[in-house]
Amino acid sequence: MKPKINVAKIYRKYGIMLIFITLFAVSSLINKNFLKPQNLMNILKQISVVTIIACGETLLIVAGLIDLSAGLTCTLASCFAAGVLVSTGNVFLSIITGVITGMVVGWCNGFLITHFKLQAFIATLAMTNVAKGITQVYTGGTAINGVDKIRWLGQGYIGIVPVPVVLMLICVAAVFVLMKYTKLGLYVYAIGGNEKATSASGVNVKRMKRVFFCISGALVGLAGVLLMARMMSGQPSVGDGYEFDAITAAVVGGTSFTGGIGTVGGMLIGSIIVGMINNVLNLLNVSTQYQLIVKGLLIAGAVILDVKTKEGKEADS
Amino acid sequence: MEKKAVVELKDISKSFPGVRALDHVNLKIYEGTVHALLGENGAGKSTLMKILSGMYTEYEGKILFDGQEIKFRSEKDALEKGIAIVPQELNPIPELTIAENIFLGREMTNGLGLIRYRKQYEATQTYMKKLGLDYDAGMKMSQLSVAQKQMVEIIKAITRNARVIIMDEPTSALTGAETEYLFEQIEALKKTGISIVFISHKLDEVYRICDEATVLRDGQWIGNVNLADVDEDTLISMMVGRSVQEIYPPLFPHKKEVVLEVEGLKGDRFSDISFSIRAGEILGFSGMMGSGRSEIARSIFGMDRLKSGTVSINGKQVMIRDTHSAIKNGIAMISEDRAIYGFVGLQSIRSNIALPNCDRFSNKGFIKTGELEKESADICNVLHVKAPDLVTKVGTLSGGNQQKVVLAKWLIRNIKVLILDEPTRGIDVGAKQEIYKLIADLAKEGMAILLISSELPEVLAMSHRVKVLVNGSFAGEFMHEEATSDKVMKAIVEGGSKV
Repeated sequence: MKPKINVAKIYRKYGIMLIFITLFAVSSLINKNFLKPQNLMNILKQISVVTIIACGETLLIVAGLIDLSAGLTCTLASCFAAGVLVSTGNVFLSIITGVITGMVVGWCNGFLITHFKLQAFIATLAMTNVAKGITQVYTGGTAINGVDKIRWLGQGYIGIVPVPVVLMLICVAAVFVLMKYTKLGLYVYAIGGNEKATSASGVNVKRMKRVFFCISGALVGLAGVLLMARMMSGQPSVGDGYEFDAITAAVVGGTSFTGGIGTVGGMLIGSIIVGMINNVLNLLNVSTQYQLIVKGLLIAGAVILDVKTKEGKEADS
Repeated sequence: MEKKAVVELKDISKSFPGVRALDHVNLKIYEGTVHALLGENGAGKSTLMKILSGMYTEYEGKILFDGQEIKFRSEKDALEKGIAIVPQELNPIPELTIAENIFLGREMTNGLGLIRYRKQYEATQTYMKKLGLDYDAGMKMSQLSVAQKQMVEIIKAITRNARVIIMDEPTSALTGAETEYLFEQIEALKKTGISIVFISHKLDEVYRICDEATVLRDGQWIGNVNLADVDEDTLISMMVGRSVQEIYPPLFPHKKEVVLEVEGLKGDRFSDISFSIRAGEILGFSGMMGSGRSEIARSIFGMDRLKSGTVSINGKQVMIRDTHSAIKNGIAMISEDRAIYGFVGLQSIRSNIALPNCDRFSNKGFIKTGELEKESADICNVLHVKAPDLVTKVGTLSGGNQQKVVLAKWLIRNIKVLILDEPTRGIDVGAKQEIYKLIADLAKEGMAILLISSELPEVLAMSHRVKVLVNGSFAGEFMHEEATSDKVMKAIVEGGSKV
């Protein structure tokens, strides 16, 4: 009994950090290339787009919502942003276009959910197809090239840190502050924890849900712009499935699927863990198929840990 | 004939990190008796029952079942040995029928593994008939009242050959008539030799239905008494550790000016409701569940839409569109269902207090943590909220303390009208007394209070004026001095027969 309690206790206190440190140590022992600064930066660069999407996804899941359309909305935003950049040559306008595209899709999701009382799962699933369809119509299924002007965003460095990593860290920091120190953040946790009680406290829950989706949408749009800059083109077929990578990062990072619990800090660690595992498997020349299996088991493991430690909490009260 | 003990818990102790939840507790349950388990919230009743029902498998001490030492490995194990629990919060599967719920997890099947619905239905029907229940075993759970759902749980226990049935506050959600009905069933069960552990805060019920009582306080075993030998005051003092002279505080005279005035309110379940409450006045609403009392309160607080009617505060008509506008106009409500409408269990005391008060505790969208911290600490001090600190999750507190947090989040505002719907439901005697005192004090400061309660003594003692509600309209009004339970009950019955 005694040691069992302690495991749960330690996990609750240090949580995902323990897994992170263990994995980091093991990885550096397995492969000597892992610890090279260039490789570490590479890991962060690889996860940057998904992590920015996951910032919004974490916020939504904590609020008891979810966005399955995030991946294809990201694609849509990247193609629109590429199109605008090609036709106007204006980088700023291109970025704004991407962000606004994401926000509009987010608002539509929020509208479907609050006005027609659809479940987030269903509404965003429907929106997935809409976003995919619009992308196909707009691009005709071929990549949009000629976006050299935005190269710096995708390939540039600030010191030794790649620009995408800087952008990712800014997004994580911004959402961290939003969720921890603002009124909006309080409402995120409150609505996810008990929607009815929040409503009975005078909070306009419907409006808040729309705001959450707009914020998440803006992040998805920004991720789309970054994706375009990293690919150096608007690719209509890249981005599908990013929503699941984002959800994986959130869940591995301790976000509870039933709402009310989770932080972007945890999500960032979760995302890095996923990135590290992919990286090590790559260094070891393990094929992508096996990587998928490992990723799947990782999600299951994270949720099992989540459930187990919650049981511990209940026994405490 | 010597009574035979079915189950005996001896010297049971249990610790959680930092808390000694049970400290050498004893409980001996005889065959065919109803044994009350009494104590304030947090006394250890639930923990003890979780040990008895096999949910907690780690504890010190021993359990004797039929005189043999036994250790339940799980809830399922305890259930198979004959210990069933009817929880306070029932969790049936609403879209399944009564029969399907009863046989859930041990369906009667044929050789192919298909369920024999007909046979299950008939078996259930037989059991129901035995207990004198006249509804159909093919009804869906969602169609049943709370009392009927409870009966299904009890049948489930009987079909599993339960010898001890634990009932955790079975009457907390029942009306008077439903309670009577439950008691009849308990009497019938006793005759068949089944023992019942009855957990309740309502001592009058304990005296009616129970034979013996075991009292716990702060995890300690205080005593085991034969209820025929002790009076209520003794029992209360055993529970709270001090003698309770008077549970209800005296009321202060109210002022003249009218604070809340409503006229011609009409909603789904009520119509033609007009009344006013003066500053410092406590107006009581009495009536059966479903008489429209909660619905009227909900619509004044903006949780439900009004069809017609006006609400005025301090003589000025106000538009109540939603809870937000109600709160802005100085109306607050403590809902009858704390866990659903009162608080966010996963969140801290501090966050719960901030929730309706972001207009005060935020600046340009950022929470003013320092101010929030200080004012939350102050209000929790005033209300005697017992918690380790302000970041404690509200869900982990006892019922009384949860209610105090809900009160705190409103009282930190400048509230003119406070609506209290069942403010002391599921709260122990000690905390109840504190809440009554608080209500009286708030009225003294000039707040207009609407008090809704199923407990007649509570409404009678705590209201300057009592209005009786029957089928969505008023059927009588009594001043504090003249209001007695007989008169109020008579008004309810006569009002009901008129329709």
